[in-house]
Amino acid sequence: MSAVITQPTHSHYESNEADNFLISSKGVLSWALTLDHKRIGLMYLVGVMSAFFLAGILALVLRTELMTPDQWFLTTQQYNQVFTLHGAIMVFLFIIPSVPAALGNFLVPVMLGAKDVAFPRLNLGSFYLWVSGAIFFLSAMLYTGLDTGWTFYTPYSTQTRGPVVAATMGVFVLGFSSIFTGLNFIVTINTMRPPGMSWFKMPLFLWATYATSIIQVLATPVLGITVLLLAAERVFHIGIFDPQFNGDPVVFQHFFWFYSHPAVYIMILPGMGIISELMSVHCHKSIFGYRFIAYSSIAIALFGFLVWGHHMFTSGMAEVTTIVFSALTFTVSIPSAIKVFNWLATMYKGTVQLNTPMCYALSFIFLFTIGGLTGLWLGALSTDRHLHDTYFVVAHFHYVMVGGTLVGFLGGIFHWWPKMTGKMFNDFWGIVSCWFVFVGFNLTFLPQFVMGSRGMPRRYARYLPEFQEMHQMSTVGAYLLGLGLFIALGVLFHSLRRGKKAPPNPWGAATLEWQCASPPPYYNFETPPTVNDPYDYTPLVYRDAERGWEYVQPVTASKHVSHS
Amino acid sequence: MTSHDSHDAGHGNGEHAHMPFQAHHFDDPEQQFDAGKLGIWLFLVTEVLFFSGMFCAYALYRSLHPEVFTFASQYLNEMLGAFNTGVLLFSSLSMAWGVRCAQLRQRTGLVVCLAITLGCAAMFLGVKAIEYTHKWELGLLPAGEYVSQFLQTSHHEGLSVWLYILSAVPALCVVGFGGWYVLSVVQGNKLKAEVAGPLMVTALCYFLGVFVGIVFQNAEAASHAQHAASAHASDSHAEHADAGHADAGGEQTSEQVATAKLVSHVEPNSAPGSPTLAAVDQAGGAGVFFSIYYCMTGVHAVHILGGMVVLAWLLVRATKDHFNEEYFGPVDYVGLYWHLVDLIWIYLFPLLYLIK
Amino acid sequence: MSEHKSHAGKHHGFAHPASIKSLLLVFFTLIILTWLTVFQSTLKLGSMELVVSLVIATIKASLVILFFMHMIHDKPLNAIVFLSSFIFVALFLGFTLMDAHSYKDTYEFKNVDSPPKVAAATE
Repeated sequence: MSAVITQPTHSHYESNEADNFLISSKGVLSWALTLDHKRIGLMYLVGVMSAFFLAGILALVLRTELMTPDQWFLTTQQYNQVFTLHGAIMVFLFIIPSVPAALGNFLVPVMLGAKDVAFPRLNLGSFYLWVSGAIFFLSAMLYTGLDTGWTFYTPYSTQTRGPVVAATMGVFVLGFSSIFTGLNFIVTINTMRPPGMSWFKMPLFLWATYATSIIQVLATPVLGITVLLLAAERVFHIGIFDPQFNGDPVVFQHFFWFYSHPAVYIMILPGMGIISELMSVHCHKSIFGYRFIAYSSIAIALFGFLVWGHHMFTSGMAEVTTIVFSALTFTVSIPSAIKVFNWLATMYKGTVQLNTPMCYALSFIFLFTIGGLTGLWLGALSTDRHLHDTYFVVAHFHYVMVGGTLVGFLGGIFHWWPKMTGKMFNDFWGIVSCWFVFVGFNLTFLPQFVMGSRGMPRRYARYLPEFQEMHQMSTVGAYLLGLGLFIALGVLFHSLRRGKKAPPNPWGAATLEWQCASPPPYYNFETPPTVNDPYDYTPLVYRDAERGWEYVQPVTASKHVSHS
Repeated sequence: MTSHDSHDAGHGNGEHAHMPFQAHHFDDPEQQFDAGKLGIWLFLVTEVLFFSGMFCAYALYRSLHPEVFTFASQYLNEMLGAFNTGVLLFSSLSMAWGVRCAQLRQRTGLVVCLAITLGCAAMFLGVKAIEYTHKWELGLLPAGEYVSQFLQTSHHEGLSVWLYILSAVPALCVVGFGGWYVLSVVQGNKLKAEVAGPLMVTALCYFLGVFVGIVFQNAEAASHAQHAASAHASDSHAEHADAGHADAGGEQTSEQVATAKLVSHVEPNSAPGSPTLAAVDQAGGAGVFFSIYYCMTGVHAVHILGGMVVLAWLLVRATKDHFNEEYFGPVDYVGLYWHLVDLIWIYLFPLLYLIK
Repeated sequence: MSEHKSHAGKHHGFAHPASIKSLLLVFFTLIILTWLTVFQSTLKLGSMELVVSLVIATIKASLVILFFMHMIHDKPLNAIVFLSSFIFVALFLGFTLMDAHSYKDTYEFKNVDSPPKVAAATE
């Protein structure tokens, strides 16, 4: 243990290459037992990307099967299992931990100018909870094939022969991993801000992470008890959810969506935080409406708790409840729209640099807007009657989850890649990957809106021949999307081997993480860095590719606040 | 704890004489304490929401089927519930006192307080074991296994075999900790004796709880038997027949008598349209009550067990005199957790046991 | 070790040791309230019974939170954090109960066969 955390003996971290957190200590154990948030973040990154790779392959399998209206190579039962695996892995193993656990772990302390998160051992613990939960969950699902969909709706989940109990236990463990990560970030942001960093001098990514963490802490325990009760229902038949014993399946859906709707915001809010950073930095212009973006993150987190019923409009809920939930659902669109408008206003008269992160950020705004607007159809009671459980829903949430979270995540990875690895990537191929992702994505999911509104139900392995053309478009798009992601992966791997050395501040950003070396030393900052406005770019000046951007004057605590 | 030690030592700046436990990434002990405190409060928030799922199920079924709850609650022994409430409240007192001791650097006081808290926790579990095994024996089980229609299971005299199975672990603990205690006394290792002794007493307290449980259980049975004797003289036969209750012999259990009383009490009063007793006393009725009962008290008992593990960890650290006015965080955090567990029981007791 | 200098601050830094008197007072109040709640259950209060027992339980809970958990001396933020959890619990219970009560007319209370060896598919 002590080998892991031995303090590097040094006085000046800038000049000492060996302090680089990637190589400051060596050996497998120095990674496996590390308490360094940056290493834990990177391990999460590898973990979630592996999960994403697996689930992405499954998505391609599904799309390939859907080339023909009749069976090609998957039986209906196999199709059910594959889409369950795809959904469950994507949701529980990739999207939820992607930005908060991987990027968040790396960035939160550095952005705060702190040495680590508040509870480093809890942080490592939640990583291992994630790993063991993931292994348990995957092996359970692969062993006999879970076929309930990722939502585990009763009464089917109490009757199917699939491994519901084992899978729910996996979800339980994963949930606690998520809770502890959120708890850690809340405490870190609350108690470890450096002197001078008031709440409204925090980077917006931290606001988004904070809002996400609130949801993680408040909602995830309810998922925990829900899956526990579901497992008890299967083993002991406790009769709370099972109609066979006067239980009520609609109550299960209430329990489930009390978590899982806020969880949608666990998935999207950090992506929005990334975009707030990217828009400002790559337009080299102070963020427009800082306070509104900050408040809207919190508002989304809180409103997110009021709208879970819109997943259940057609599942037997009382009429009065559907009306209440439908009305409340529209409130969420307000803070989301505030964000989009502020991002657009940030670009106005900015020095927009169309590099890879910015291209992804622009794709995010475009795709998220479509995803968000189509949500209004689903939130409205009358249209939802028609559209529920069709491909329209599938397309809607893929626009938000893939077009939003995944694209934002990729943008964030490209943006912070120089900081994480100390290497610059090939910008041209990065942009190419973004084009492939953008075009492929739209080709995949735009036809699904059309199919859905024409009545193509979701989760069906077979369909009417009239939908075949659009299904084939969708499949081709999926392969393009996959190709784009492979190019992105290639660009990143290439940079690791051949990339130029990254300067501490390659983009000219003003947030604190760019004030330490790339990659950061083990300690992040020897002394707490000087806090100034995170979106004030006036004191920054570009030297050359080697040195990147530097502060022209010694930074003093800035009196001048350009936003608000 | 070794990881904590090496963690701090490794960074070299935790070696101040007065602050051996300050983590490197905090500026001062107060920041570390505040961070931990906020962390534990947040954890308690997650606990509250975790339990809220079961409270929701409870509220739902009680409000939809109050008659089921009135009926099934009769099978819970409220004396045992009240006793356990007292035990937990006392453990909360000793825990709060322990925090005070830690803050005032009273090493012995802290060890004693932690030992009392642990003992109370074990006694609580002992009583719970009696309650559970007694119900299992009677077939008062979750919906899927619920056996009903007035407890016609083969109720044999004496203690449930389940009780012996459950008690195996505490018995092993008595032997193990006892041996360890004797060994450390013989070796003259005072520190180890101070840990092993309280742990052995804790394990013994479980059996004290079991004993108390048996006494209360028998006392109730005796009082019911008296009732039954007087009731038998009058017209209880007719009622029993009404409820499809064949066995009206002398060998009644207390629960059977309680049911008989309830039958006579409920049947005439039941409003038209409300479920009959047969509909209440079934897997989908009283069975669901017992599902909720087992889920709530079971998850609560798991929290007690978890609390005992961290209390034992604190005990070890307390004997090593780790805590003082600048570093008492762990005691405080565990205390908060322990009080929350108590808090939940404060609600569970009236909600489950005291329905009339 | 005397409890009288407990709030002097000089020796205890940021610690606020509770006085033994207050701890004991709270404990005995809690015991009396427990007795009270058992006692009220023997009265025939009808539908008020649930309300009364919940009120007593809440008083007990408040005592535990304020004194045993020292919320009274804690930072306001911690109090807000903890108490806000109850808002979300209320939200959760409120909506779920409201919904279940609105559709309960269509919901039938079945008499499940007992002993229930219903054909629930096994694992």
